[in-house]
Amino acid sequence: MTPLVRLDAVSKTFILHLRGEARLEVVRDVSLAAHPGECVVLGGPSGAGKSSLLKMIFGNYRCDAGRILVRDGDALVDVAAAEPRRILALRRTTLGYVSQFLRVIPRVGALDIVTAAGREGGLAPDAARARAQELLERLNVPARLWSLPPATFSGGEQQRVNIARGFVAERPVLLLDEPTASLDAKNRAVVVELIAAKKAAGTAIIGIFHDEDVREAVADTVVDVTHFAAKAAA
Amino acid sequence: MTDQPLLSVRGLTKHYGPRLGCADIGFDLDEGEVLAVVGESGSGKSTLLSCLSTELAPTAGTVRYRMRDGVTRDVFSLSEAERRVLMRTDWGFIRQDAAQGLRMGVSAGGNVGERQMAVGARHYGQIRATALDWLNKVEIEVDRVDDAPKTFSGGMRQRLQIARNLVTQPRLVLMDEPTSGLDVSVQARLLDLIRGLVSELGLAVIIVTHDLAVARLLSHRVLVMRGGRAVETGLTDQVLDDPREAYTQLLVSSVLAA
Repeated sequence: MTPLVRLDAVSKTFILHLRGEARLEVVRDVSLAAHPGECVVLGGPSGAGKSSLLKMIFGNYRCDAGRILVRDGDALVDVAAAEPRRILALRRTTLGYVSQFLRVIPRVGALDIVTAAGREGGLAPDAARARAQELLERLNVPARLWSLPPATFSGGEQQRVNIARGFVAERPVLLLDEPTASLDAKNRAVVVELIAAKKAAGTAIIGIFHDEDVREAVADTVVDVTHFAAKAAA
Repeated sequence: MTDQPLLSVRGLTKHYGPRLGCADIGFDLDEGEVLAVVGESGSGKSTLLSCLSTELAPTAGTVRYRMRDGVTRDVFSLSEAERRVLMRTDWGFIRQDAAQGLRMGVSAGGNVGERQMAVGARHYGQIRATALDWLNKVEIEVDRVDDAPKTFSGGMRQRLQIARNLVTQPRLVLMDEPTSGLDVSVQARLLDLIRGLVSELGLAVIIVTHDLAVARLLSHRVLVMRGGRAVETGLTDQVLDDPREAYTQLLVSSVLAA
């Protein structure tokens, strides 16, 4: 089976021009692959570059060296080299992403945010709304909050809106950056179920999970991100 | 669909005598794409916009546009009359100072109706109905249709300018700091309106702004300018979250978080 995502010797270093050209190596020589229905968990200590790696796959951070190949239908797109409009198209059709913190357009209500994400992912208006309601309900976001912008929600509520937004559409690849970090046990269990359902539907997942129990429940493969840097240095 | 971009800019350069306005600017824009041009005052972003709108003649470079008939032409090779028609119909230009983009002594309805007449509308009832429809879209009370914009607030003037420009269903809209100088609450409402219309109508937009939050909210791509030159360009969230050039890093790190 060919992977949906393949990283080939990916490296990144931040150069901080305003801090005396300080160089911060983020990741070095990372190679990994995620197949349909597989959940690849990125491991390694805090600061190892796990979140940065997810952002690079999503095209949010640049990649200095290596290739980030994502399958889009019959095409193979190298995110590291793709034009902005190709990356935007890839995000609509293929790449879902749940960031660590919810970042949304201000003044838009929670249900509308999730519905819009479904529309962007190709769902019809009614289907997007229905699916958005179903997910918010499943994630225990109280219905009285649905019409309100999430800016004033608690951290856990915001994160659940964020998860609903990432899961609402059927995209072949899902990137998850600590989706369960600020959730209680009940909601963590819901997220584990949602991830299992995506895997069963053939979605390739690359994620970061600090919770031991969540990781145990969802991981098929664990990739230690620091391992590559050490090997490259040796 | 054609492979030609809607707008294709190459090597656009403008000198004011010995002084540089902008130098060697190039980019392509497709339908539905929003490009933000950011940089501080004096960076050349307004000069760039004036050249694109053909109000300034560039010293060098080309601005090629795919016309409604599918033929791509350099806008500076058009006759004066052809260019005027293009600017009044298929292009819009929303200016920072609404007084420059509106006829301040003419009624709100007249301001919107005038652009319709430029594309050949002659039926008074229809012109007025369309004008009322557009005032409604930009959230101006329809009972203000006969009032002149000089009696309007800053936010209302900007909304009227948007209606006047969009009534002819342009495919490309240039915006020069459309929300600067307005109170933040007025600015927020205007940004929501612009965002909604741009995605609903599938407009191609070039928006000049010094406000990175506006660029993040509205644009797909960003072009960072300094001293008349493009220093960095790319996907908006990539440039703002992972700025590569020293100047862009400075801009991004200088934003105050509220």
